[in-house]
Amino acid sequence: MKFQNRLSALAAVALVASLGLTACGGNSDGASGSSGGGKTTVTFLPKNLGNPYFDTSDAGGKAAVDEFGGTYAEVGPDTATPDAQVPFINTAAQQGVDALVISADDPKAICNAIGTAQSAGTKIVTFDSDTSPDCRDLFINQATAEGIAKVQVDEIAKQIGDSGEIAILSAAANATNQNAWIELMKKDLAADHPNIKLVDTVYGNDDDQTSFDKTAALLQAHPDLKGIISPTTVGIAAAARYLSTSEYKGKVALTGLGTPNQMREYVKDGTVTSFALWNPEDLGYLAAYAAKALVDGTITGKEGDKFDAGKLGSFTVGADATVLLGDPYVFDKSNIDKFKF
Amino acid sequence: MTDLMLRPSRVSPVQRAAGTVLRSREVAVAAVLVAVILVTTLKSSSFLFSSDGWRDLLLTPCILVPLAIGQTVVIVTRNVDLSVGSVLGLTAYLTGRLFLDHPGLPIVAVFVIGMLAGAVLGAVNGVLVAFGKVPALVITLGTLYIYRGIFLTWAGSNRINASDMPEGFLNLGTASILTIPVLIIIALVVLAVVGYVLWTARGGRELYAIGSDPDAAKLYGLPVTRRVLTAFVVSGALAGLAGVVYTARYGTVSSGAGYGIELQAVGAAVIGGVAIFGGSGTVWGAAIGAFLLVTINRALPIVGIQDFWQQAVVGALIICAVVLDRVLSVRQARRLVEARELS
Amino acid sequence: MTSSVLTRPDTPATRTYASYSRPLWQRVLLTREMAVIALLVGVLVWSNLNVPNFNGPLTLYFLFLDITPILLIALPMTLVIITGEIDLSVASVVGLSSVLVGMLHHDAGLSIPAAAVVALVVGAVCGAFNGFLVSYVGLPSLAVTIGTLALYRGIAVGLLGTTAVTDFPEKWTTLAQDRIGTSSYPVVLIPIAVLAILFALLLHFSPFGRGVFEIGLNDEAAHFTGVNVERTKFWLFVMTGTVSALAGVYYTLRYGSARGDNATGMELQVIAAVLLGGVSIFGGRGALHGVIAGVVLIGALSSAMRLESLTVNVINIVIGGLLVLSVMSTSLLAWLSALTSGRTNGALRLGRRRQAAMHHRKGDQ
Repeated sequence: MKFQNRLSALAAVALVASLGLTACGGNSDGASGSSGGGKTTVTFLPKNLGNPYFDTSDAGGKAAVDEFGGTYAEVGPDTATPDAQVPFINTAAQQGVDALVISADDPKAICNAIGTAQSAGTKIVTFDSDTSPDCRDLFINQATAEGIAKVQVDEIAKQIGDSGEIAILSAAANATNQNAWIELMKKDLAADHPNIKLVDTVYGNDDDQTSFDKTAALLQAHPDLKGIISPTTVGIAAAARYLSTSEYKGKVALTGLGTPNQMREYVKDGTVTSFALWNPEDLGYLAAYAAKALVDGTITGKEGDKFDAGKLGSFTVGADATVLLGDPYVFDKSNIDKFKF
Repeated sequence: MTDLMLRPSRVSPVQRAAGTVLRSREVAVAAVLVAVILVTTLKSSSFLFSSDGWRDLLLTPCILVPLAIGQTVVIVTRNVDLSVGSVLGLTAYLTGRLFLDHPGLPIVAVFVIGMLAGAVLGAVNGVLVAFGKVPALVITLGTLYIYRGIFLTWAGSNRINASDMPEGFLNLGTASILTIPVLIIIALVVLAVVGYVLWTARGGRELYAIGSDPDAAKLYGLPVTRRVLTAFVVSGALAGLAGVVYTARYGTVSSGAGYGIELQAVGAAVIGGVAIFGGSGTVWGAAIGAFLLVTINRALPIVGIQDFWQQAVVGALIICAVVLDRVLSVRQARRLVEARELS
Repeated sequence: MTSSVLTRPDTPATRTYASYSRPLWQRVLLTREMAVIALLVGVLVWSNLNVPNFNGPLTLYFLFLDITPILLIALPMTLVIITGEIDLSVASVVGLSSVLVGMLHHDAGLSIPAAAVVALVVGAVCGAFNGFLVSYVGLPSLAVTIGTLALYRGIAVGLLGTTAVTDFPEKWTTLAQDRIGTSSYPVVLIPIAVLAILFALLLHFSPFGRGVFEIGLNDEAAHFTGVNVERTKFWLFVMTGTVSALAGVYYTLRYGSARGDNATGMELQVIAAVLLGGVSIFGGRGALHGVIAGVVLIGALSSAMRLESLTVNVINIVIGGLLVLSVMSTSLLAWLSALTSGRTNGALRLGRRRQAAMHHRKGDQ
């Protein structure tokens, strides 16, 4: 190889090495001056951006942060995968934010990144979808998993006459909350509804087009299907849209977790009879206040700790450092117009 | 066999025409498509015979077919256009925004604006490739990133929802004329027009010449820069059309719209007989290839194979198609050399 | 009078070989690789001063962790692109090896090192398949690798479905992210440095590397000079396959999750980094130090932009723009230099003839 190329290669190595060493010089203590006086910084990291459910919940979080005078930021990946969430956790650690409010795409995969953030002084609060309990400081649960599973199974049983084939259209295959609910649904079906058979579980990855196509495939592959449960707001909206233009409208029941705004026209035109949810705005609001309480030291996540959550009142931390918001609520034609989210 | 190349053929013209058609790649791919449909219908008759099944069979490829046609036009000139997925996403979002911000717009105007936007984006590619003398692979790789970035920055975390669009447009997604969905009729019309121009017009034939041997084309005096630029503009315009069709079919546009579909478009063209090194292949083959890919995707879960394997099937098909092309061309070259040495 | 037809016309000044060459400092510093390195240094200095939190202790650490897979794959990819071929299937091999590590560890109970070895072997087989189709069957590498991109990714997704394996022993996941002592440099830099030195020796200091450059310039001429073109290309593809599998093992352990769709789209980042680093897409020229600088540059830009809270989309626009600019710059520079030195095709000959005619006339007098 030419002499000047070798020379330039050596020069390059020397230059970059020297630069690397100078940058290395800033190797001060890990817990850099993050929240040294001033506003509490809270960053929301949902499963993915562009999901109306998280838009609402994060808006609730923003309202809370504005109320207690902190700084709010929302970041997130485009696809609901855990390795896409890791860079944002890393950036939050670098920026030294006070609290990170996460809806996790996987129970264990992001734990390493969370560990680095925690050692940089960030408090970690999970909401909506948990990580494994040793990874985070607090979990805000919207309702008990048993309650969420039961309400959906009850609704579908009511609508198909308690017997027949059903299928589940879920979100991402690893999402903690989805898997918890599906497990409980299977148990509930086995215990209380022996004539209902769960024939398939498909995954729409919280992507609208994928959920749409998967619904079409479900109906093609199982011509005797009587009902579909979709415990994800993106999935149920896409499935409703497909069903309303298909010949199965009215013949295949659809229920699950959906937002009133997205589902209103399908409830009105008869594709969907009823579905359930809680108020995501309240969930985000509560999560932000819980994060503030952690940062201020008002609570430490121990069972029995009490803290105040603005207009929602006062809450107590339960077992496993979990805070419960309330119960799921069933929407149908009679009450859907009252809600605007 | 060498006799056929040395003396006038003893076979009648009708037989020769029939022979060419039957031995063509397009017919082979169509035969595979029919076989796939038959096997799946045997397993579940509602795949073909229910009204939903028939409608979905024809409707689902309506997005990939224009993309495959546009990709063919570019591949024939010995280039490739990897940015069509991002162009699709951008024009799909543009369609939604047009309906949101200008509610009274007629649907035809939206189609035209979508295609024009796609044509402009394709023209950027064409200028960089034709005048910059840089391989299209690299340029379209860069514009793939850039266009998707522009799309996502413009959209932010907003999506276009079905409630944002007028009834008439959404109905287009499932409307049919004589049981054939309107969206696929649009795709077939485009296929007919582009196929006719590529086959008969001088500009179209020159694209094949440029792909077969760019240096000879330049020496021969063909306007290479202009033709390559036009090819990319056509590909962009068809990607824009696919974006409008996408919005009509799905009703919502999220940030992942069109992600990864460029490889399916290239795959459909390659399977349909378009040589990746340019110079041969027809848009009919590419369209049939697109139908085949989409139908296999829909047929897999019914036949009992998890549709996770769909991408593997596509990849295997592409490799088989390329190897087959190579084997056939080597055999053809060998035959010609023998004929030459015998004469 | 001497016959002016027979004497050679006097050239205005006796030019020696040495006077055609440029001085050493120009030859060293005015190369594309140095331009990228200068750009990298500029970006690092500017970010240190202007981007908040960039000079924190975590930045370099995360930067190196993030660019490791891209840097690993860029090393053999440089050689592949120098020969004029391309390999788009690297990200799919990363995904496949990630899935294999996950499945073998979780379902078959193999230890991580054993699973990693199996993944490396499978990666080599994938690369060999690519290499066989490209060198021995003679297919264009673009078509082959587009097909294998879909095929390997499809196998990866098909094997694992949509679930992911996330149960990895902490010993290995922390090893993937450990630091060297208490510095900001992760332990993975050591194997990267070793591989980089090996590839640099291979490319710049060995006959195999000379062969690689010659194939890129003209593979028929290379064949006649004794380079075994098919074997060289075959082994290059095997190398990309194996190193991609290694990157897949690292990726799985670093993120703690084995999924079929891991590293989707990474091939574009690798190619962007390689082309940014001064390797010509037409083949025949390039150097590893430029490529390494290109990878670090993209990593530093992404890191700085993320700290400025710019979204991933803006980061992608910048990277795409850099890719287009860097590739166009070669053509642009060539065009500009042809204009300024007047060394276009016809002009040189005309110049010489004109000179000869002038001296011929002079000689007559």
